[in-house]
Amino acid sequence: MTVRSPAALDLATPGTGSAVERRRRLSGPVREARKALLVWQKDVRVEWRSLDSLPAMFFFALLVLVIFNFGFDLSSARFSDFGPGVLWVAFAFSGVLAFGNSFALERDADCIQGLRLAPVDPGSLYLGKLLANCTSMLIVEAAVLPLCAVMFDYDLAASIGPMSVVLLVHTVGFGAVGTLFGGMTARTRRGDVLLPILLFSISVPFMLSAVRLTGAALAGEPISEAPAAAWLVMAGVFDLVFIAAAYLTFEYILEE
Amino acid sequence: MSPRRPGGRWASLAQTTLPVITLALATTTLYGALFYAPREKVMGDVQRIFYFHAPAGLVCFLAFFVTFVASIGYLATRRPGWDIAGRASTEAGLLLTTIVLVTGPLWARPVWGTYWTWEARLTTTLVLWLIYMGYLLVRRYTEDPDQQARFAAVVGIIGFIDVPIVYMSVHWWRGHHPQVLAVSGGGGLDPTMRQVFLMGIFTYLALYASLMALRIPLGRAEAELRWLRLKLGERPARRAASGLRASG
Amino acid sequence: MAGGEGGGSGSSPLSIVASGLTRRYGPIQALDRIDLRLAKADFLTVLGPNGAGKTTLLKLFACLLRPTSGSLQIFGLDPAAAPDAVKRRVGMIGHASLLYAGLTARDNLLFYGRLYDVDRPAARAQELLVQVGLSPRADDLVRTFSSGMTQRLAIARALIHDPDLLLLDEPYAGLDREACRILSGILRQERERGRTLVMVTHRTEEALEVSTRFAVLARGRLTCQAQAEGASREALERLYRDGAGEALS
Repeated sequence: MTVRSPAALDLATPGTGSAVERRRRLSGPVREARKALLVWQKDVRVEWRSLDSLPAMFFFALLVLVIFNFGFDLSSARFSDFGPGVLWVAFAFSGVLAFGNSFALERDADCIQGLRLAPVDPGSLYLGKLLANCTSMLIVEAAVLPLCAVMFDYDLAASIGPMSVVLLVHTVGFGAVGTLFGGMTARTRRGDVLLPILLFSISVPFMLSAVRLTGAALAGEPISEAPAAAWLVMAGVFDLVFIAAAYLTFEYILEE
Repeated sequence: MSPRRPGGRWASLAQTTLPVITLALATTTLYGALFYAPREKVMGDVQRIFYFHAPAGLVCFLAFFVTFVASIGYLATRRPGWDIAGRASTEAGLLLTTIVLVTGPLWARPVWGTYWTWEARLTTTLVLWLIYMGYLLVRRYTEDPDQQARFAAVVGIIGFIDVPIVYMSVHWWRGHHPQVLAVSGGGGLDPTMRQVFLMGIFTYLALYASLMALRIPLGRAEAELRWLRLKLGERPARRAASGLRASG
Repeated sequence: MAGGEGGGSGSSPLSIVASGLTRRYGPIQALDRIDLRLAKADFLTVLGPNGAGKTTLLKLFACLLRPTSGSLQIFGLDPAAAPDAVKRRVGMIGHASLLYAGLTARDNLLFYGRLYDVDRPAARAQELLVQVGLSPRADDLVRTFSSGMTQRLAIARALIHDPDLLLLDEPYAGLDREACRILSGILRQERERGRTLVMVTHRTEEALEVSTRFAVLARGRLTCQAQAEGASREALERLYRDGAGEALS
């Protein structure tokens, strides 16, 4: 993935600096990757110290499961029918919390300006935030799944391998779009309402794929064979497509 | 520099002729759909809604593609014309999408006994409708006009990238193409049916063009109004810059 | 005060060259054809009524905004063409602290230090913590700091990458006497090291102590500029009245 500085995307600006600057930029990708990791590390550290976001996400996901249980009476025999859908609704809503919190963190003390002042590509900031959001979501998912196994009495251990793959691929995809729109809606009115509206409509393919594959994993279907494998490949491709699109457009979100 | 005045010779011409053309085409399509096209063997006369339903679905894709191009154009050049075009195209596209979502159930009820089925095409259209409503909502909830244009452009780009993805995933989800028609779109159509279908497409294209011709100058007028409001909101009597140098 | 504009001594290289710099929002001219030349080790204080465009000017220098027209060169570089190169040499202290309340003082400095590719960030962070007098509280969360301490840390953050150009937007706001003293000391020191500073403030005493030049920005236009040698408060007030058409508050 080439790193494109904001100047390169502005077609109206003549020239891209001296030869020295360009050379430095070329060796930039490694430096930019390090900065993305820096942002990730910073977010993780802040969350670790404050535990602002994770408990809320976890309890919210749990609450969704409990409410659905009252709504649908999810007995173990039918868990692999309803379970995947319920699980992903729970994860999706707790993900929305993650994306909102991630940028609320930057709104305090206008830290986002600190990031914009620094010699960092907006794309790298995006990737750092994406990693942080995925980390939060995966932690919550890892905590909720065993509880689910207990609450609805199914054998998680049998499907842990495929489940992990499915969770990873779809969390990344959902996070890719959520991080972009989270950044956007942090600066609009009623961003807390706009975010789910934008996110869920765009994420329909991810939800379909996630539910389908989670169902397959829970039912013991091998996900490395068709038709499940086709879904997995599609999800992986969409992950890359959306990460690339968000990476390129994030600078327009950050601009003043 | 104030924005270019809305209107101009070509715009006025378009605004008067396109709706007339649309009306003419619509009348022809109506005639064709109701009288010229043969009665479909399985569904009967109800199938005639197809001539209003399917072409709208195709042209709305075009509208959203135009939004996609306009969004990229705006982000690359920052010329407000692209933003105005993008918004106009989204609104027109949403209208067409709504037509699909209304005619679909009208058709489904007599044929399948239910207003709504989660069949692939209708579901995809519904998701598209939601995505582009999101585009308009983002505009509504963003105060700063420059930010509004940028955010909308990003949604326009991401939304359109999502369109084929939604289409694919919903069709896979549904497993197979259900019997929307005894003869599915275009391929096995009776020649007269194909003619009416084409007329339908032209009608909706003309409708889209009319909507754009009306909405874009309106958008320019809105921008001009905003400009004037900002200008008037400035402090009145601007003192001439004194240019004095301090002395002593 | 000696009149006249222009950079310091004729032969010293210029740090900022602005020519016809304009920034517009629709029909509103936030900045209107600004011409400015600053040499290294110049300390320019910009005065002006609220809404005159002072913050916009600083943001243009910091590469946070692009000019609508006109040219801007910072250390000979065009911010539009080489933003990262310019950002490496510019530090800014704004209204907000830009600090993460959930991190310790040291962690904040380390984060920014690494973001700016500073050599040996840990040593640099320690050095700055000592300089702003926050060393004993280095490992406490910023959330627990008073506003004066936060501002001091914000200064340290702005200096972490040893910028050649320092931009300050109302840096004395909310500081107690001790913190003001520390800040003025730091600013004087930075100027003596050859840094260029541009400050926006309403605090004339402090400004008179540290500045080498004054300018008045009113309704987007740079109306007066003057050297600060031997300036008195009365002279400054006169300059302000001439430039802004109102009394200095």
